Amino acid sequence: MSSGSDPRVLVVLPAWNEAQSLPTVLAEIADHLPEVGVLVVNDGSVDATSAVARSSGVQVLDLPFNLGVGGAMRAGFRYAVAEGYDVVVQVDADGQHDPREVPRIVERLASADIVIGARFADQGDYAVRGPRRWAMRVLAGVLSRVAGTRLTDTTSGFRAAGPRAIRLFAVHYPAEYLGDTIESLVIAVRSGLTVAQVGVSMRERSAGRPSQRPFKAAFYLLRACLALGISLTRRRELMNPAPELAA
Amino acid sequence: MRGYLFALVGALVTLAFMFELLRRRRLREKYAALWISLAIVVIVAGAFPRLLYWLAALAGISTPLNLVFFLALLVLLVVCVQLSAEISSLEHEAQTLAEECALLRNRIERLETRTGVESPAPPVADPRPRGHSPS
Repeated sequence: MSSGSDPRVLVVLPAWNEAQSLPTVLAEIADHLPEVGVLVVNDGSVDATSAVARSSGVQVLDLPFNLGVGGAMRAGFRYAVAEGYDVVVQVDADGQHDPREVPRIVERLASADIVIGARFADQGDYAVRGPRRWAMRVLAGVLSRVAGTRLTDTTSGFRAAGPRAIRLFAVHYPAEYLGDTIESLVIAVRSGLTVAQVGVSMRERSAGRPSQRPFKAAFYLLRACLALGISLTRRRELMNPAPELAA
Repeated sequence: MRGYLFALVGALVTLAFMFELLRRRRLREKYAALWISLAIVVIVAGAFPRLLYWLAALAGISTPLNLVFFLALLVLLVVCVQLSAEISSLEHEAQTLAEECALLRNRIERLETRTGVESPAPPVADPRPRGHSPS
């Protein structure tokens, strides 16, 4: 994949009630990434998310009810396997991920199975404070050790998966709270995949509120540590990459 | 002695209720088995109260009633955990079905577009957010 023909890239946007911000994001992707496939996974939205996505002419998966990001992404990975894509890039539908960063992330996949677009303090105007920041620090520290490489932003939803990771995640992608970010990394590393990160700048959401509020921070830390602890003690044979799926 | 009679009658009613639910296929056998065996245990204990005293003494519990409470709590705990596990596996199955459903719907739409017999997509059934955390 490092040389020769370019990999087929699929951008997956898990969208839950994102009808407001979706058109802008899709237009940006069409502008900056004309080559890639685009899949919107409508995660049981009650607004016009599905209609908005269809009118933009991209592929849409309509989940009959809300599964959370993990379920939406697993559906996306299964679609990617069935359609023969080499790379899946997860991009948030709320506009905080800049599509112009996608090529840089995909490039890095040449030497890793999973690449995380990490929000750095010196890039963009993304900032977190208080207990949530400590939680992210702790998680980053532990996961860096697990992955054997320095990771600073393990809860970022801006990430790319190569062919091996796609095959793994099409079968094993955790749907639990925070499973899509933290546990998925543990599963990947345990299955022998490599993780790398690329610094990206983040923007403010173009619509909608951030899903984390300060008073939830302590609870978030607790659940994150629980999720991490459990996935680290899980038996290895539960998450062996499955053989090739029938397309 | 009336207390034991009360327990006996209660257990018999429970037993009859379970059989009726099973007969009407309202309850699957694997869930009924536990309650039926529990009712039988209560019937035995109600019919032979001495047994309870003997067991309590054996376990080192001075009041036989405390043994009953302890066992009852233990059984309820196990049942609750088992139901949680069942719900988890049901949720997992529902998730897989939902994904499969969305993927098939997408395939049908693409097929229709390609063959030119396009018809408007039916509305998504029952769109409402569940208790899941979306993020």
